[in-house]
Amino acid sequence: MKKQNKIWQVITASSLGTLIEWYDFYIFGSLATVIAGQFFPKTNPTAALLSTLATFAAGFIVRPFGALFFGRLGDLVGRKYTFLLTLVLMGGSTFAIGLVPSYESIGFAAPIIVLTLRLLQGLALGGEYGGAATYVAEHAPVGRRGYYTSWIQTTATLGLFVSLSVILFTRHSLDIDPAVSIAKFNAWGWRIPFLFSIVLVGVSIYIRLKMQESPLFSKLKSEGAISVNPLKESFGNKENLKMVLLALFGATMGQGVVWYTGQFYAQSFIENVCKIDFDQSRTILIWAILFGTPLFVVFGSWSDKIGRKWIMLAGMFLAVITYNPLFKGLLDLSDTATKTEVVAAASTKIDSVSIPSSQNFVRTVTSKKSFTDGTELTTITTETLYSGPTQTTIKPVVKITKVLANGIYWKMVLIVFIMIVYVTMVYGPIAAFLVELFPTKIRYTSMSLPYHIGNGVFGGLTPFIATLLTTMYTADALAGLQYPIIVAAVSVIIGTLYLDSKINTKHD
Amino acid sequence: MNQIKKLAGIIWLLLGPASIYFIIRAAAHEIAAKPGIDSVIQWGVFVVIFIPIAIGMSIFGYYALKGEYNH
Repeated sequence: MKKQNKIWQVITASSLGTLIEWYDFYIFGSLATVIAGQFFPKTNPTAALLSTLATFAAGFIVRPFGALFFGRLGDLVGRKYTFLLTLVLMGGSTFAIGLVPSYESIGFAAPIIVLTLRLLQGLALGGEYGGAATYVAEHAPVGRRGYYTSWIQTTATLGLFVSLSVILFTRHSLDIDPAVSIAKFNAWGWRIPFLFSIVLVGVSIYIRLKMQESPLFSKLKSEGAISVNPLKESFGNKENLKMVLLALFGATMGQGVVWYTGQFYAQSFIENVCKIDFDQSRTILIWAILFGTPLFVVFGSWSDKIGRKWIMLAGMFLAVITYNPLFKGLLDLSDTATKTEVVAAASTKIDSVSIPSSQNFVRTVTSKKSFTDGTELTTITTETLYSGPTQTTIKPVVKITKVLANGIYWKMVLIVFIMIVYVTMVYGPIAAFLVELFPTKIRYTSMSLPYHIGNGVFGGLTPFIATLLTTMYTADALAGLQYPIIVAAVSVIIGTLYLDSKINTKHD
Repeated sequence: MNQIKKLAGIIWLLLGPASIYFIIRAAAHEIAAKPGIDSVIQWGVFVVIFIPIAIGMSIFGYYALKGEYNH
């Protein structure tokens, strides 16, 4: 009973900290537009350049470096102190972002400070996951590692859930008038989710400080058998390197794209391609995550019985064959061309505002349409009207927003939920799979790198490459899916051919 | 099965340089289409990060071809 309590303390301490790290990482991404307005004004090319660096460098370059740096540290000094350090680094950076004065107040120092803090966030995230997964796995009884590490696996998705919830809650609670509340959020309220992080981090540090070092690492240390050079032993040793490469190409690469497509690209697709309103596009994902999260534990636990391989590969395979119909389903549900309009409910409002010290006007035409299934479509067209006959009217800016009726809204939740099920299949067992692939003395280093290349690089690139493909093949709204489908298909083939279906019991 | 693993190794071995060629070509095309420091940074990051991964794919293919993953 005492042993059982201890493992739950270990899981709570590890999962809470990892969840907070993901929360910290995601709020920056979720608030990227607001942050860009505060720190990276588009009118200044250097600031805009720093913005691009903040987006790309933190996600793709720094995370694998964090994996190497903290992985090595974790194999040299221990898991507990390393993932405590990553938590402090992440929490401190997040809190500090919430305090940085805007570009208007301190000029160039603002984007440079924010970029530095964002890079520190990426570095910390690169070191956290491997430590937490290793720490839990090394406490778990052999034969139940899939079940116990699956709790760590819930944290990335729950971190996204908490970040979306905190942002939506803050956005709507700063004033009774919703429009004023959103304006206040964009002006200063966006800092609250960042500052709130310090409370979460404080609690997590307190809990983690009370934990003991992993028993397997302590044993190695007492025997004087810890690695002298974990990087060399991980990547300079052929026997280990071939497992690192197999883990990357046969598992984490496919897992990364399924993970990002089911959550980030799905949300972005609903908002930007289906044109569903800001709040609904996020609450659809929130519900799907809420219903899907318990399945991480179900698949993690099941993998203890039937092995990790086929559950992960089945999740990837299902994604490969069903992404096209699922995303087409989202598109069809939001397509107003196939719906019947309630003509009597249509309205159009025209506002004209004169531009100071000129005779020109900005005209805004707001047109609202309702449909028999309850969907509401708002089209806002903004254009400049020039008084001089020689000046030409610039291309109007058209913003389309759809608000879905209940029935369609829940059908979309169901589709995203199916994609989250795939996420739970590929991600639930993967921590146990990675931990079991490598020996204790170089485990932190060896498992962190393929995880962060698979998840951070292949997965993190999904929204960019998918959007790029959509801009190249404009006639096909589903063109962006080719990237995750091809990457996951390659991973399924490699995994099927080369991964062992039996649980690896070679290492402690 | 071991024979299939070895033969498939040739595909992974060739996929590495093919990916490098594809990404460099795509980067050059995109930078030419949208010249600007943003494009250069984005594609520069992609190229820098993907080349070592593509080399890793070739090493994986080489190991597979040599029968290192045979059971």
